[in-house]
Amino acid sequence: MEEKILMKGNDAMAEAAIIAGCSHYFGYPITPQNEVPAYFAKRLPQVGGTFLQAESELAAISMVMGASAGGARVMTSTSSPGMSLKQEGISYMAGAKLPCVIANIMRGGPGLGGIAGSQADYFQATRGGGNGDYQTIVLAPGNVQELADLTILAFDLADKYRIPVIILGDGYLGQMSEPLVLPKPSGKTFEKPWAITGAKDRDPQFIASMRLTPENALEQLNLELQETYRVIRENEVITECYQCDDADTVLVAYGTAARIANKAVIKLREQGINAGLLRPKTLWPFPSEILRKITNDKKKVLTVEMSAGQMHEDVLLACDDKNKVDFYGRLGGALPKVDEIIERVKSYE
Amino acid sequence: MAAKGEPLINSERCKGCGLCIANCPKNILEMSKEFNSDGVTFPTLNDEETCTACTFCATMCPENAIQIRRF
Amino acid sequence: MSKMTYAFPQSLSETRTHYCAGCGHGIVHKLIAQVLDELNIREKTLLVAPVGCSVLAYKYLNVDGLEAAHGRAPAVATGLKRVQKDKIVLSYQGDGDLLAIGAGETIHAANRGEDITVIFLNNAIYGMTGGQMAPTTMEGQKTLTSPQGRDIADVGSAMRACELIDTLEAPYYIERCSVHDVKNVNRTKNAIKRAIKYQVEGRGYSFVEILSMCPTNWGLDPVKSAKWIEEDMVPYYPLKKFRDKGEEA
Repeated sequence: MEEKILMKGNDAMAEAAIIAGCSHYFGYPITPQNEVPAYFAKRLPQVGGTFLQAESELAAISMVMGASAGGARVMTSTSSPGMSLKQEGISYMAGAKLPCVIANIMRGGPGLGGIAGSQADYFQATRGGGNGDYQTIVLAPGNVQELADLTILAFDLADKYRIPVIILGDGYLGQMSEPLVLPKPSGKTFEKPWAITGAKDRDPQFIASMRLTPENALEQLNLELQETYRVIRENEVITECYQCDDADTVLVAYGTAARIANKAVIKLREQGINAGLLRPKTLWPFPSEILRKITNDKKKVLTVEMSAGQMHEDVLLACDDKNKVDFYGRLGGALPKVDEIIERVKSYE
Repeated sequence: MAAKGEPLINSERCKGCGLCIANCPKNILEMSKEFNSDGVTFPTLNDEETCTACTFCATMCPENAIQIRRF
Repeated sequence: MSKMTYAFPQSLSETRTHYCAGCGHGIVHKLIAQVLDELNIREKTLLVAPVGCSVLAYKYLNVDGLEAAHGRAPAVATGLKRVQKDKIVLSYQGDGDLLAIGAGETIHAANRGEDITVIFLNNAIYGMTGGQMAPTTMEGQKTLTSPQGRDIADVGSAMRACELIDTLEAPYYIERCSVHDVKNVNRTKNAIKRAIKYQVEGRGYSFVEILSMCPTNWGLDPVKSAKWIEEDMVPYYPLKKFRDKGEEA
């Protein structure tokens, strides 16, 4: 049996990134993700990598862009207000087809908000976030083991599709310590002939999001991006179902909210109420089809979130019968309560 | 005095800024009467005997439209 | 027997630029190309282009190129250089890019002594967007957004990049040049060459500011623009070598 070790979520994510071959990290301090840059600052030099504390989130994501264009596996991490600043570079990288991994260990907003964990950046993460018609892949780990495992996957998906990948955690997950088995490298390698390495024995090449000429060049780039997004939607959805088959009510939740929802399902079952939980691990692409199929014959669907109902909109879009979809959420860093979920589900009986 | 060289002017690259003319120490460049395909006038040599091949015109040219042949 | 001098540099693309007649960008691109040829480093040079008139600079030089968001070229160059350590990374920037939106990136890349070369073209105005006031716009200079002339009591005086960077410990080489006449174009080329040579030798951060004509947005013809640099800009922006640790050594 493989050895389990106790690690904080933020540390586990950083170690997993190094296992995945992340050689460069650029970041700027912000709570509640400060363990991530601290871990990289210590560990990356030990493995021949580069850690650099940037002068701002704007600079950090631009450094990520430069390193990615140079062909490296590169990562940054931040929390909500910092993520807003990083949208500039993320949009450029989406347009320039540059891979990278960005962790947003969310905290409550708007503005400076607070430092407690939250899920209020779902819209920002799953709707592109910056200017332009683009998407990023958004992974939603629910525990420390998954945070590490999905970090390995994040680097592979980024390189496979040449796309920024967001690990959307929250402050509770980042700060939580749990036993985990450190993941193994996936073993996958990706050629990067597009990288900016010097025009030796080949024509010069450049990486840019801008397309001014010829006419329609920008539409062409956008169509290429959309085609990539279509392939991702078809192939990369990950979701987990817990006791959904015979459930009358299906809860839909991700991340920390899903841990609480899961507990509510267990307690409801103890009381003879058939509840289940559908937990998306990819928020984009969102498991709309799976959700539609699973919930079609259910009496009720309840979205549980640490937001005012952001993923809830995707749940509504996916379900044919909107009337049976309900929402329960807590805002500004507050946690959903198991008892309140149970009460709500019981009210459907 | 025999010329030491001559400017070879690629009139199609020229945008007609005139920096070459203004910087020619011998004042032997002038704007053409005709236009290139962009509708721009370009420098021409008005005295083939005097060019010293100093490269001042080429040095100032933002379009790299002038090369110098040294005799 | 005749011999061609001032031949077309190999490192310069034959693509015609989109720059206006008399714009200094073309001169500076040409000088960079000549330097890359002379140092024989075209194949290992990576150009980071800014947002501004020189946003397409990577199309005009025969080198690998990368786009940066407005003001972020030094940060992008930092990331690139820290991956491609044996390559020559140039950050080519204008005044709005380098001193307004990118002031933070400029100062911090310089302060780290990042092993890159920043080529800063100062034409005292935003060119690409049609002539707005820049951090380097001269006192009294009229622009779209300073229609009565720059009022320094209201918006502050023109910023001097070399002097700012010269307050930092790390930079290896800092020089201000101009392209308004032949002597100064040649001096600019020497400065670019020295700055890039220092990067080839791994000496650290080098910075070359170049005063340059923007005839279109200054509302002057190219020859008068060159004169304006000489008479109005140079007294405020002294042309000199601020620092050369290679010479001090």
